[in-house]
Amino acid sequence: MATTSETPGSSFRLSMLLYDTRYRSLTIQVIFMFLMTIGFWWLVDNTLVNLAQKGKDIGFDFLGARAGYDINQRLVDYTNDSTHARAWIVGLLNTLILAVCACVSATVLGVIAGVLRLSKNWIVSKLMSIYVEIFRNVPLLLWIIVIFAVLTEITPAPNAFRGENATSSMLLFDTVAVTNRGTYLPGPLFERSLGDFDLGIVSVSTNYLVLLLVIIGSVMGYRALQRNATAVQEATGDRPVTWWKSALIIVAPMLIALIAMGFHLEYPELKGFNFTGGSYLRNSFIAMWLALTLYTGAFIAENVRAGILAISKGQSEAAFALGLRPNRTMNLVILPQALRVIIPPLISQYLNITKNTSLAIAVGYMDLRATLGGITLNQTGRELECMLLMMMTYLIISLIISGVMNIYNNSVKLKER
Amino acid sequence: MSDTHSNTVAYVRKTMLTEQAPPSSQVGAVRWVRENLFSGPLNTILTLLGVLCVYYLGVHLGPWFANSIWNAGSLSECREILQGASGACWGVIKDRWHQLLFGFYPQDAYWRPTIAFFLMIVAMAPILFDAVPRKVLWFSAVFPFLAFWLLWGGTIWLPLLALAGFVIGYFAFTALQKVSALAAVIGAMVAPVLWWLFFAGPLDEVLSNALPIGIKHIQSDEFGGFMISIIIGVTGIALSLPIGILLALGRQSDMPLVKWICVGFIEFIRGVPLITLLFTASLLLNYFLPPGTNFDIVLRVIIMVTLFAAAYMAEVVRGGFAALPRGQYEAADALGLDYWKAQRLILLPQALKISIPGIVNTFIGLFKDTTLVVFIGILDPIGLSNAIRADSNWNGIVWELYGFIALCFFIFCFGMSRYSQYLEGKLKTDHR
Repeated sequence: MATTSETPGSSFRLSMLLYDTRYRSLTIQVIFMFLMTIGFWWLVDNTLVNLAQKGKDIGFDFLGARAGYDINQRLVDYTNDSTHARAWIVGLLNTLILAVCACVSATVLGVIAGVLRLSKNWIVSKLMSIYVEIFRNVPLLLWIIVIFAVLTEITPAPNAFRGENATSSMLLFDTVAVTNRGTYLPGPLFERSLGDFDLGIVSVSTNYLVLLLVIIGSVMGYRALQRNATAVQEATGDRPVTWWKSALIIVAPMLIALIAMGFHLEYPELKGFNFTGGSYLRNSFIAMWLALTLYTGAFIAENVRAGILAISKGQSEAAFALGLRPNRTMNLVILPQALRVIIPPLISQYLNITKNTSLAIAVGYMDLRATLGGITLNQTGRELECMLLMMMTYLIISLIISGVMNIYNNSVKLKER
Repeated sequence: MSDTHSNTVAYVRKTMLTEQAPPSSQVGAVRWVRENLFSGPLNTILTLLGVLCVYYLGVHLGPWFANSIWNAGSLSECREILQGASGACWGVIKDRWHQLLFGFYPQDAYWRPTIAFFLMIVAMAPILFDAVPRKVLWFSAVFPFLAFWLLWGGTIWLPLLALAGFVIGYFAFTALQKVSALAAVIGAMVAPVLWWLFFAGPLDEVLSNALPIGIKHIQSDEFGGFMISIIIGVTGIALSLPIGILLALGRQSDMPLVKWICVGFIEFIRGVPLITLLFTASLLLNYFLPPGTNFDIVLRVIIMVTLFAAAYMAEVVRGGFAALPRGQYEAADALGLDYWKAQRLILLPQALKISIPGIVNTFIGLFKDTTLVVFIGILDPIGLSNAIRADSNWNGIVWELYGFIALCFFIFCFGMSRYSQYLEGKLKTDHR
């Protein structure tokens, strides 16, 4: 009379596919797969029929064809004789440079605003709250358009700077001109230039390459000096005085390199109808940059504030009890813990910035969407291929950024044992 | 020795001193100012900078608002009245408010979106606030069909027949429940689809010809202004939450196929800008559909915006699930609940409560993103502002027009974030 359970699997009945949890998930997945396949096949079939009706095919040959349009901001050589593929790269680089600039400035602004919003100073914290709330609750597109309208309509035309009784004047000791055509800044020039360094697709200025190497060398020298000082301190108890050595290591090689290459600034001058010389920032770029900075800065400020608030008060009290000064407490105790909370949302804000650069369509900045997804698409009539390539490009950038985030998250994760 | 010592005590007070007021620097406003505004050199500098900032804004904005002009037909007229003084020219809002709110919707039909808007508030009230009687929820269920009819017009049969699909689904469910629960679910899903695909269309034609009860039909391309933002935003919000929850459940599923399809979908949508999806909706959707189909641009945009928000929503809800302690899942299993019951009764309520801030942030983002539809030719407030600024009367106006649009968006978005804080407070169950 022992209660023997029926041996499982001895007999398979068809109803088990529905009522036995072991098989039910299989049934669901098969049905799901079936429906997905039908849906996918339906889409592909429709696309093929539609393409055939319009007499089109799918092909990426157009990328090698002559583009035939100009791009007003280019980081690599490009003329209207270049190919569509090259226009794609130019657009991608414009997207990336805008994204990088905006990420840096938004981070700086966001950290300052977030910290100030927590300040005990009533006026400052209220001002920062107003800034954050205003920018978070109004669409980014509106900010871009407003800033662009201000830059192009309220700033003076270049000829307002002309003559004895000029109505406008250049800022910062006559070096920066803000006009309705763009902003003219002093530009770097090298008298004894080292020429360019060709890398196939892009050519890099050797001058900047040298400067970069010098900076890397200086930083490495500085760190070696600090390590050495720490070693001496641990051995003898006295830390050697290093501040003048570090200053020398940081500044001197840079200065020598700059002087050797004959570095000087070229100032913009009013010639004819416009300013010439110096560097030139387009209004479209400035409007995008400013709007992305202000808008995303407000979000980053909230992330920073949340991150600092997430650290329990006991941590700072413990640090004070150990006798740490306020700034050491911040550097050694609060910030390392707060960063663990701040960095993941910060990186997703970087992701948002990168995707939001596509709003450049509102101001005519020549980014990836304007070249590949705009003029190339319209000229070649290859909607399907262009949209596919553009989406894939954005997707790859996003995946790279979130991949970096995952690596970082794993490296700072609390190791629970 | 001790005697002399005791004698040195010359005087011992026998009465209490009257209580004295604390030093003036330690009370009231002075103390508050010292502690909060001038507690150190850095703080003092910040305070001065802040005051300077407020002063600068006040000096510029004060006269600008004080000299507001409402009665002007053009910007040049405004400038004539102001004669060089600083002042806001709100005449543009007075002149064009109807466009900013309704786009090119026929003027004699403005009552329709207005009524729909107020009915929307009624329909949303029982969902947002507990105090509203539960019976109003029936109205909330009917409202989408009513709003569709009010906004687009046409005969009343199309929305009624669409609504009938749900009723048929309900009857199929109750009828088949006697057979088996699974059959009931399948029946509830299949019957309405069959109804909509094969019966609703012809029946609509027959009824519309026989009994043409209705109001004037209005094309989607006449829609615009905040009306279109609210239509897209509210529909997207209402649809993206359930789809997002389903995607989040799919991503957590034990079934690899379902899981990977959900992951792929979420990561793809989150990886591309919304603008590319909108362009897909306007340029490519015709490729993916059977030749000759041509469906409404507003509907396409709503689908894309909803899918976009749903992917973000899925990640937010997944975060809520991840924050639940493992014990909650085990407890649900221990009670013998099946998957859907465990989700509905134990896991989802807690996960959703945790993710309220993220959900509302996604809603706010979606509502702000409705402005992007301007790029595919829908005249939302920003599209209309371009049109107004292109008019020779208002060429060159910036702050008044954009300020008005920004204010409207601010009210909606700030309202949503305040509501989320209220909801969080209401649902808070821990006693801290």
